[in-house]
Amino acid sequence: MIMSCSNSETEDEYIPIPYSLEVPQIFQEKLIEPLIPTNNPLTEEGVALGKKLFFDTKLSGNNTQSCASCHNPRNAFTDETRFSDGVDGNFGTRNSMPIFNLAWNFSDRFAWDGKELGLERQALEPVKNPIEMHSNWDEVASKLQQDTQYPTLFLEAFGTSTIDSTVITKAIAQFERILISGNSKFDQHLAGNATLTLQELNGFNVFMDETKGDCFHCHGSDNNPLWTDNDFHNNGLDATFTDLGLGAVTGDPNDNGKFRSPSLRNLAFTAPYMHDGRFATLEEVIDFYSEGLQISSTIDPLMKKVNQGGVQLTPQDKADLKAFLLSLTDNEFVSNPNFQN
Amino acid sequence: MKTKILTLLCIALIISSCSEDNDLNIEPISITLNFSHSWGENEVTNADFNDLKFTNDNGDQMSIEHLRYLISEIVLTHESGVITTLDDYNLVDLTNNEGLIFTTSASILPGDYTSVSFRFGFSDENNIDGVYTDLNTASFNVPTILGGGYHHMQFDGKYIDDSDAEAPFNYHVINAFDLTNINDPVNTSFQLNIGAVAVGGNTNINLNMDISEWFKTPNTWNLNEYDVDLMSNYEAQLLMNQNGASVFSVVSITQ
Repeated sequence: MIMSCSNSETEDEYIPIPYSLEVPQIFQEKLIEPLIPTNNPLTEEGVALGKKLFFDTKLSGNNTQSCASCHNPRNAFTDETRFSDGVDGNFGTRNSMPIFNLAWNFSDRFAWDGKELGLERQALEPVKNPIEMHSNWDEVASKLQQDTQYPTLFLEAFGTSTIDSTVITKAIAQFERILISGNSKFDQHLAGNATLTLQELNGFNVFMDETKGDCFHCHGSDNNPLWTDNDFHNNGLDATFTDLGLGAVTGDPNDNGKFRSPSLRNLAFTAPYMHDGRFATLEEVIDFYSEGLQISSTIDPLMKKVNQGGVQLTPQDKADLKAFLLSLTDNEFVSNPNFQN
Repeated sequence: MKTKILTLLCIALIISSCSEDNDLNIEPISITLNFSHSWGENEVTNADFNDLKFTNDNGDQMSIEHLRYLISEIVLTHESGVITTLDDYNLVDLTNNEGLIFTTSASILPGDYTSVSFRFGFSDENNIDGVYTDLNTASFNVPTILGGGYHHMQFDGKYIDDSDAEAPFNYHVINAFDLTNINDPVNTSFQLNIGAVAVGGNTNINLNMDISEWFKTPNTWNLNEYDVDLMSNYEAQLLMNQNGASVFSVVSITQ
């Protein structure tokens, strides 16, 4: 009886439509279910609102930048510069991370150093960061509240027309969780719909060969199509650290110099590479792992050839490995109209 | 109409409750495996990681940085002769303090079991490439070029080598795969028989892995000889398998 009364009283309330996440077949076969928080389920209205917010410059202090300014869909949601410039022309110290397949990051630690726990909390940071969007949440909420469309959109998505940072970041996180990249040539090869070239196949073998590239321990495999372990490693970039990475977050010196393994999908769109964008090309990255490793106290033991400088790939191995890595390019993802403004 | 449906639902709930009361005559009993770790007599937790504080039987000073391994195939032999094999598996991850307590999902009958055993790693029957989504997500796979399937253990750290330099080791246990004879891999998982267990209620079996034993018995492990690229080292895998036989012990069984 109580339920019946409750239903009749809320009859006119708009109930958001659950969003049906399109999970690629290979993800369904190989990975556990994506992580969707119970307090922020995906809805059609929430995702649409998150997309609108993601591309809206009202989130920045001077209305010149949106999330997409540094996370361009055409670049797999990163940008092409080593460090991104904020609204005041200042530059950060980290390379903008690509955004895709984040619902499969089960540690729920985001950013290069893992300082952001949860996507909703991550979305809080850039708005108030003085060298990024340089605004504050009260100001952003006020601007959106005065907008002619947003109060209704928030009402439809979250049942409230009162806008604050909580519902704004929930909506943005919903949009980010639907950004799924799982349709590269290599994915199609696994599905039996595409044929890799001999060079791409050789490159895959270099990637998977323990005595050659040995990339699979940190960067996934044909059985882990995320192409990352989403874990933190010191991969031997520096002998001494100017950026402590995870160590600055945890306060544990054993974590100094550790950064999150990025996915190797869409490398064609995400240069420059590494947490500080120090490598402009894939060739530079491969050369680094082959001959450029630096010894430090926290270097990961999986960087097993550090005392020889790296895994010592031949020029042919390097070329093959690059060809394979580029087979992880998902052109459909970067041109998907659902992800564009 | 709504009232009628609600009334029917209430009756159904009451009947269902009565039925549950009757079923309580057979209490579900679970088995929990608790994993602890030591270096000889000294307890090891992840707080001891990243420190060259251990010395193996060969005299090499060494550290532990990652340690995770797979447990599967719990087999219970009842005194009546009935053998129950549980399909569960569990990834023990000491690095992240996950999987150290593992409760079987299936309930068993109380009684005296003449033997309880579990497997370190996967048997050939269960070591099916790519089918375990949680292990794929955890990147615990073995490349197809080395037989596919999954690692039995990933154990990484550093040691002081013969030239007094710090060097990495990757003590990864997988099936022994001879690249010159790829059709005849040797399964290097192994069973540990816990012995007879009287199961009267929910039962805790407390197990310990003595990590030092991986370097000790029967093969004194020389890290200078066997440190990295061991997955593709057929001989090393067989030696690891031999050393694995003495790493687990039963600390206690409680109910």
